[in-house]
Amino acid sequence: MSATLTLLIILALGALGYLAGRARAMSSAGGDGRKLHSLPGYYGYNAMLSALIPGLALLALWLIAQPVFIENRVETLIPETAYEDAGGLSLIMSDVRRVAEGLDVAVESGALSPEEARDLEAGTDDLRARLGDVGVALGSDVSAETLAAAQRYRALDRIGDWARTAIVLLAAIAGLGLALQRTHRDLRARNSVERVIKGLLITAACIAILTTLGIVLSLIFNTIEFFRLYPAAEFFFGTTWSPSFGGGSELGILPLFWGTFYISLIALLVAVPIGLMAAIYLSEYATPRVRSFAKPMLEVLAGIPTIVYGLFALLTVGPILVAIFGDGGILGVGWMRGGTAVMTAGLVMGIMLIPFVSSLSDDIINSVPQAMRDGSYGLGATKSETIRQVILPAALPGIVGAILLAASRAIGETMIVVLGAGAAARLSLNPFEAMTTVTAKIVSQLTGDADFASPEALVAFALGMTLFVITLCLNIFALWIVRRYREQYE
Amino acid sequence: MTDLTQDMGEGASGPARPANSIFAQDARTKRRNAAERRFRMYGVIALGIGLVFLVALLFAIVRNGTPAFTQTFIHLPVELSEAKLDKNGNRDIEQIKKVSTFGYKPLIEDAVARALEENGIASPFEDAGDLTDLISSAAAAQIRDLVIANPDMIGETVEFRVLAASRVDGYFKGRVTRESLARDKNLDAEHLDVADALKDAGVIEREFNWDFILGADASESRPEQAGIGVAMLGSFFMMLVVLLLSLPIGVAASIYLEEFAPQNKFTDLIEVNISNLAAVPSIVFGILGLAVFIQFANLPQSAPLVGGLVLTLMTLPTIIISTRASLKAVPPSIRDAALGVGASKMQSVFHHVLPLAMPGILTGTIIGLAQALGETAPLLLIGMVGYIASNYPDGIASGFLDPNSAMPAQIYEWAKRADPAYYERAWGGIIILLVFLMTMNIIAIILRRRFERRW
Repeated sequence: MSATLTLLIILALGALGYLAGRARAMSSAGGDGRKLHSLPGYYGYNAMLSALIPGLALLALWLIAQPVFIENRVETLIPETAYEDAGGLSLIMSDVRRVAEGLDVAVESGALSPEEARDLEAGTDDLRARLGDVGVALGSDVSAETLAAAQRYRALDRIGDWARTAIVLLAAIAGLGLALQRTHRDLRARNSVERVIKGLLITAACIAILTTLGIVLSLIFNTIEFFRLYPAAEFFFGTTWSPSFGGGSELGILPLFWGTFYISLIALLVAVPIGLMAAIYLSEYATPRVRSFAKPMLEVLAGIPTIVYGLFALLTVGPILVAIFGDGGILGVGWMRGGTAVMTAGLVMGIMLIPFVSSLSDDIINSVPQAMRDGSYGLGATKSETIRQVILPAALPGIVGAILLAASRAIGETMIVVLGAGAAARLSLNPFEAMTTVTAKIVSQLTGDADFASPEALVAFALGMTLFVITLCLNIFALWIVRRYREQYE
Repeated sequence: MTDLTQDMGEGASGPARPANSIFAQDARTKRRNAAERRFRMYGVIALGIGLVFLVALLFAIVRNGTPAFTQTFIHLPVELSEAKLDKNGNRDIEQIKKVSTFGYKPLIEDAVARALEENGIASPFEDAGDLTDLISSAAAAQIRDLVIANPDMIGETVEFRVLAASRVDGYFKGRVTRESLARDKNLDAEHLDVADALKDAGVIEREFNWDFILGADASESRPEQAGIGVAMLGSFFMMLVVLLLSLPIGVAASIYLEEFAPQNKFTDLIEVNISNLAAVPSIVFGILGLAVFIQFANLPQSAPLVGGLVLTLMTLPTIIISTRASLKAVPPSIRDAALGVGASKMQSVFHHVLPLAMPGILTGTIIGLAQALGETAPLLLIGMVGYIASNYPDGIASGFLDPNSAMPAQIYEWAKRADPAYYERAWGGIIILLVFLMTMNIIAIILRRRFERRW
């Protein structure tokens, strides 16, 4: 019986449980709902959950465990002479799986009778052609061992499926029976149902922890794997980045770091003055009408996807900058050779960060108590003097926090640099040259048909790990500063 | 004002009164007022620069993107000659299918030659085959598909609307000039003369191109045929996954943290995790998706399901943060009243607090979805780029599991291709993407305006 059908039966059992549980509780109270401990529906839900939880949990566990178990058993059938390493074995095993699946498909579509499928011989029957007829393409002819393993696979799979169906349904029925037996007007049905719901709520909250764990583990394992193939010291202190999938690559992170840092610096030089001054103007000077128009307009910039900024950098800002700073440009300086450059990416990233800086600073400036402004005006200071000498010093920790958050955004930004910064990793001071960043290289090393076991692909995980650690530290530091500052006035 | 007190002090000390009165500004006041005006000016300039950037960005998008919505078409009556398509004359579909698109080329050649003749345009080429460079190579496939669908049409002359070649389209849109064609081996200036003449004759027309919005991506050599429809479906299935997973999980997690969680280390751990995940660069989520969903769990590469899972994990912190804010906004008196008439804690939350917080939760969810819809970087790592998304999914399961692209990934793919004709498509794709984002945000704003309650 298929897993889907089993699932449907369990769900039907659950629905049945609801009706039966409810009816049984009502009859135990003589049809008078007031004598029940909980509302009648809770007895129904209680019985339903008692059937669903053991059934679904067992089904899920079995679906995960069965393939692993069967593969281990079938692997012993394949002679060790047939393969050289673990990779060879996994290739043979995937062949075995395909043949087994193919035979099942053939039986289902009627091309083979179940008996025929069982008695096939590798040499005499042209298995590849027959499976090809039912739409299962095999890469090579089927060897005797593969066929034997496939037959064993099918047999075990069939036994497993039957056992799964039987045990899962038994568990669901047993749970249902037990719950119905316990259903009585004094049963505290609501409490047990609410316990289950609370369990679900906690599970949902734990997904955040699981995600972080998943990120950390997937980064760490692959990073360790990378450092086994490539010395860590050369990775962190190497000044050349030249991966070549043929081998002999030099994978030093320093040029990427420099590119990331340089682009982020330019982005912050654009975003911080503009964002900060805009926030000051909006919160201290602007009339409500200007504010209600300009603030949402600035925030539109924050809602635009980064791919749009990337395209803007590549196709609009890059060519404009070349027309100004490039060969034969308006300034006639010839500093810039191509549209993709540190300046292009930095400028566009700065535009992207303006609303980020301005809305954070706006919040912080607004949270400076009005009494401090009033005190300053009372002493005869002008508005700008108040802002410069009272409000900004008071808001400084918060603004530093906002700038750090913006910096962490800039470092982790991908699409703008992939499209706007170029692909060449180099250590240079000229902002009109193409450079590349950590994020851009993660993309280029992991897209395409790379072999995931090679250091050239694994290096992306080490880069990701570095990026994750840096942004995490910046965020924690920034949040710490912001939080510490906020407490001063509350 | 400081000056005023100063003046008065001096005035009291002796007869040597300063020349200026309090009505005339002295130099220091002037300086301070100038500084004040300057500072204010900086603010206006900063705000102005921000808004100018916004306008420039939107202008660039609209200007470069709108041409993608129209396309140059050629109206050609094509004679589906029986001698070429069905030699035996028995309309056997198998034999008709044997004629490849190459076999349809001569039909198009004849049709173009006839169109020139009818409109009295002299062909500058000796070989009629050169004229077909005006027409997209997709035209032969278009005619063949129609013939295979309706074999009875063979022998008739049917009016077709075929795509013009991308260079011709670019010429009418101003992207391709005669000078730039000098280096082009596909098309000559003579072709453009013919194209101009055909346009005057009404054979070539620029029309709205539904295929760009609804169609499939095309190979690198046929930008005129590429559309974003398939990627749109990919995005749709991804958003379905994100909505179905992140809304219940996010709401459940927020309810736990806001209403039930005790003050302890474990709760702190969850909170710290959520606020940090909100700031993790999106590319790191892509690495997670690659390592966990594709390498470890063996889910299919490039599938909208995997993209949806990754985007779910990315969107969850946003949804949790906004959901918690709207749960917090429900006043405690509601909870107290429910508890007071005998509801359990769980009942008070699910029957009273949650429904009241729902508008806020939905607003937050829509904004989270809009963010997820525009996200590109993680999709690159799970393989949603680098191929031609040409197949519509043929069912719900295939929509979730078959390789597909997504709108932002498709735009990136087009931006990476060498032919500048694809840049126009990329800008056009951005317009479509932004229309979706704008719609979602407007819905969120309306929801908030309409249902938000002030307590």
